[in-house]
Amino acid sequence: MSLFSNTSVLLGKELRTEFRSRELLTTTVVFILMIVVLFSFTFDPTREESRRFGPGLLWLAFLFAASLMLQPGFLREQTNDTLSALRLSVSDPFAIFLSKLCANTLFLLITELLLLPIFAVLYNVPLLGVVPQLALVLFLGSLGLSVTGTTLSAISAQARMRELLLPLLLLPLLTPLLIASTEATAALFAENPALRWDWLAFLIAFDIIFLTAVWLFGEYLLEE
Amino acid sequence: MTPAETRRIGLRLENIDKRYGGLYALRRVSLEIAPGECVAFAGRNGSGKTTLLRIAAQLVRPSAGKLTFSPAPKESERATKNTGFVAHATMVYDELTAEENLLLFARLLQIPEPAKCVETLLHEVGLFERRDSLVRTFSRGMRQRVAIARALLHQPSVLLLDEPATGLDPQGVTWLAATLRRLRDAGSTILMSLHGESEISDLATRAIRLDAGAVVADTRNGASLHSILTFADA
Repeated sequence: MSLFSNTSVLLGKELRTEFRSRELLTTTVVFILMIVVLFSFTFDPTREESRRFGPGLLWLAFLFAASLMLQPGFLREQTNDTLSALRLSVSDPFAIFLSKLCANTLFLLITELLLLPIFAVLYNVPLLGVVPQLALVLFLGSLGLSVTGTTLSAISAQARMRELLLPLLLLPLLTPLLIASTEATAALFAENPALRWDWLAFLIAFDIIFLTAVWLFGEYLLEE
Repeated sequence: MTPAETRRIGLRLENIDKRYGGLYALRRVSLEIAPGECVAFAGRNGSGKTTLLRIAAQLVRPSAGKLTFSPAPKESERATKNTGFVAHATMVYDELTAEENLLLFARLLQIPEPAKCVETLLHEVGLFERRDSLVRTFSRGMRQRVAIARALLHQPSVLLLDEPATGLDPQGVTWLAATLRRLRDAGSTILMSLHGESEISDLATRAIRLDAGAVVADTRNGASLHSILTFADA
């Protein structure tokens, strides 16, 4: 019970500080919009090409957004040593990680939600018929991005060259997730849209494995 | 807040080493701190006071040696929950108000009636009128008051203070000394690092001087306490 009550209190703090400053959301949404618009300027895809390349472009944009958005998660806690105060106050240190994970996933989903209609218009990809299936893929993919990114953010926050370290560690580690998410999205963008359960199962397994690892070893990540 | 009788907890540090690379921050430190004792640590910058306090707070793991509490915390209980810690940094969020900060930590610590407890503490630290102001708009002294209030929220059995008077005005120092006296008399174990003598150092029942990470003097004697805290024989 303590884990969930601590997590909900901390999640409230994460949401309050972000919605008060809107630093992360605003910069990430602007950044991701620029990526998608710039991609659309560099080539003028036909509908068929959009179906082929669109999912990859979309997930690359999400990946860049995640590497930008996840960086400050634990870095902010270093400023006034608030991470130490949290470690002294919570009943279960996993609550600190879990609250940041929930907040990051939510912020990433909001960003994706804002981007998708613009992507659909720019790349001429019809999304209306596959919204529930796409939401499932986006959720599983974003959860994987957040779990991995939040973990690495905790590791890199205490390191030198931390701004470079996170993307350097994050991008190779997320390659399997990127492939699975792209394939699952591509199947939804196809002429005859279908939910690819094999890729969804891969995404679920990825999320569970990383989440379990963090649950088991998370306390060490937070130590000085 | 008037402290009720606090659960009395002592600390035992056995052969504690802390290395950062090849540098020793602490070297074979062994101390037995009795429940209810008020210990002042003195020493030059870099002598290991902060590292020792962070190890006692279980924020830093020693490279060697053992830290134990007596009585040992129950299996279901985290020892850190009995600890209040005031560090060099304020350990509060600049982008939250004073009240939001204290409420956040009161809820995490699962204090009964958190709003009432926070209101009382805000009155005590003299920040009730500014409770809705963001901490980033506060002066250093006001931030320190919020930091101290955060550490006192749960009336901890072990209070660790790293130069707690930093930034406080004379009234603030007097208030802090009175608060610490009440806590000490209620049975809290207090470990604090200090520079020189003040109203706060007068509370110490024991003084320990560190030099290059090792304990070089340790006394409970009144006259020696004075010389350790003022470096009179240094």
